[in-house]
Amino acid sequence: MYHKEKSIQIKNSASALYNNLSVLRIAPRRLTHFTVVHANMVNMVSASWDGLNYTHRQLQSKEPNVATSTSLIMQAAFCVLPSRDLLVVTSQKGIQMYESDGSIMVYWHALDTPETPTAQAVFARGIAAVYENYICVGVSSGAILVFDVPSKGSNITLSEVLEEHKESITDMASECSGSQECIANLVTADDGGNLCVWKSGEEFQLLNKIPGFDMSCSSVKLWKGTAVAGYGTGQIRLYEAVTGILHAEINAHARWIYSVDIAPFSGLLLSAAEDSLVRVWHMTITPETNSVEVAHLHNECVTDTQICGARFCDGDGYAFAVTGYDLSEIIRYIQS
Amino acid sequence: MSSRTLPLLFINLGGEMLYILDQRLRAQNIPADKAKKVSTIPGWIEADRKRVMNDIITTMFNKKFLEELFKPQELYSKKALRTVFDRLAHASIMRLNQASMDKLYDLMTMAFKYQVLLCPRPKDILLVSFNHMDAIKDFVKDTPSILSQVDETYRQLIEMYTLLSSGEFQLIRQTLLIFFQDMHIRVSIFLKDKVQNSNGRFVLPTSGPVPHGTQVPGLIRMFSCTGEEFTRLKFNNGGNYTTALREGSFDIFGDRVTKLGTNMYSVSRPVETHMSGTSKNSAQHTKVSAAPNPLAKEELNLLARLMGGLEVQKPGNADTGFRISLFATDEEEEEALISRPDELSCGVINIQATKDQQANAELAKIMGEFTESGDQSPSVSNKGDDLLAMMDGL
Repeated sequence: MYHKEKSIQIKNSASALYNNLSVLRIAPRRLTHFTVVHANMVNMVSASWDGLNYTHRQLQSKEPNVATSTSLIMQAAFCVLPSRDLLVVTSQKGIQMYESDGSIMVYWHALDTPETPTAQAVFARGIAAVYENYICVGVSSGAILVFDVPSKGSNITLSEVLEEHKESITDMASECSGSQECIANLVTADDGGNLCVWKSGEEFQLLNKIPGFDMSCSSVKLWKGTAVAGYGTGQIRLYEAVTGILHAEINAHARWIYSVDIAPFSGLLLSAAEDSLVRVWHMTITPETNSVEVAHLHNECVTDTQICGARFCDGDGYAFAVTGYDLSEIIRYIQS
Repeated sequence: MSSRTLPLLFINLGGEMLYILDQRLRAQNIPADKAKKVSTIPGWIEADRKRVMNDIITTMFNKKFLEELFKPQELYSKKALRTVFDRLAHASIMRLNQASMDKLYDLMTMAFKYQVLLCPRPKDILLVSFNHMDAIKDFVKDTPSILSQVDETYRQLIEMYTLLSSGEFQLIRQTLLIFFQDMHIRVSIFLKDKVQNSNGRFVLPTSGPVPHGTQVPGLIRMFSCTGEEFTRLKFNNGGNYTTALREGSFDIFGDRVTKLGTNMYSVSRPVETHMSGTSKNSAQHTKVSAAPNPLAKEELNLLARLMGGLEVQKPGNADTGFRISLFATDEEEEEALISRPDELSCGVINIQATKDQQANAELAKIMGEFTESGDQSPSVSNKGDDLLAMMDGL
């Protein structure tokens, strides 16, 4: 179903972090940006579609104060809003927002880091762009910061802090089907596997809480009202977000899942884990009849690699890319 | 990232160090007639070997040191940690020269990297730590005073770690993996056992028991709105997995189940590393720690504080000194030192000579704090000399 394509070399190897690959497809310029986090920097590579041009850029985490120790980056993700695209980078020190090509930093938000380290680590993790002009970022305390993003310029403001989760935020995702009819448009996940379902607005509204069973949810997506969550046990669960009804449970991987992604136009689902496997599934979701079906389509094994990031490169799922711990390349697969 | 990582890093690396030293001490226990071939490396008698192990373990589990270690803090840099282990390795009458120390450190770190990567679940790193602790306890089982220090450490580990969630353990694991990033030194014993490839990367099998708490992959269950399962589908998982083994014990005593963290060396399976072909991989790993560290002075103060209160054995006469080597012959050892890629020799913290005066005063003050507490210790001036000598040597 898929075959391996030429890999893209990156300047540093990928660190073992959840969802450690972000992809932004820029059709008008016929190129795709990829970002991969290595310790305290983000490797960005822009690949032209003809495969002839690769430009590299590295972004360092911001050090507000040189005397402090290295600030490790937890995640980098592209945020696509109606008026603009931004690259958001979250670290132990705070949140940086860049123009999507990484050229200029437009916003910096510092986290409250204590003078001496506490037992509970402090960091930001979990990034989502939410309808209509919000960027949400999770924090290790469980709080979710909601930023209001103007269509131009750097006048980004912190609009709200959502305090519902009690454990560190791991990932979050907004509704990606493009449908405006979905009631819920954000799902957030934490270290205890708990999912919160929200409706965005001037004041975000909590629609539902789906309990975890003390098993961390490391990656989550929302499509056609269905929350698709990958867990540390290797399971993937599909919940109807607003009601919390469990529609499907997959014993998908033999190790901790690090990434799930959805191709919204085709309903393809991608999952990747520490077990070296990337799996492709197909979901058929009919919200009107409340029916959800999942079928397994394909496996790819990245030998001797613990995968940390996997994303579709386009909305149909025609191609996907993978990163692995200690690997200095982005491996690509294309449908045969 | 996780501020609870350092104790696990230190204890596991320390455990590996003890396995290797124990093996080398036994291996160098050679009968007199064979000693002629390796004449500069004297044979070790059993009493000396036990004494070395006891001295190192006593230092490792020193009460004040452990108090500092268990405080929430970020991981030390690679250089700073290497310095701690250099000091630890020399906490006895044993002497290692640069090449042997480098090799010892490479082996320790690659072994623990392997264990961290192969742990089925992040929480199993604690079981690996207990395996190391169990072995350390066995090394000192005849010495009650050290034994009680070790038992105290078990209690601290249990108190700190057994209640952590799986997500917090994964954060610890991710922090450790950043520390080990890009290290691909080839280790003979791993290559022979086929757990490491010739490119230095570890083999990650897609077979064997799944972790405790995980199901064997291959099943999709679908449910109706009322919660009834209406169908199940099987799929090919591309591997050869079996159900999970029973969970290991997180108590002071018990069967840990996992073999990771147990002693893989024995007299008949000597320790070796291959240094060739690693230079291009190592270039990246040193980049992270290569930037001149403005904190070096601060880190050294903390280190000095940690080690400052500890008894330091005066090194014996260099010629007849109790030298241990990680190589079969002196020639091999020299050869290894010469051919070692520069980037891997990261055991040095650069400190400006001009800053010594101020630092000396601070160190003297810190030493003062320790001697006041009434610890048995050599005279202040000896300690001062030793610490300053350490700084000069850097």
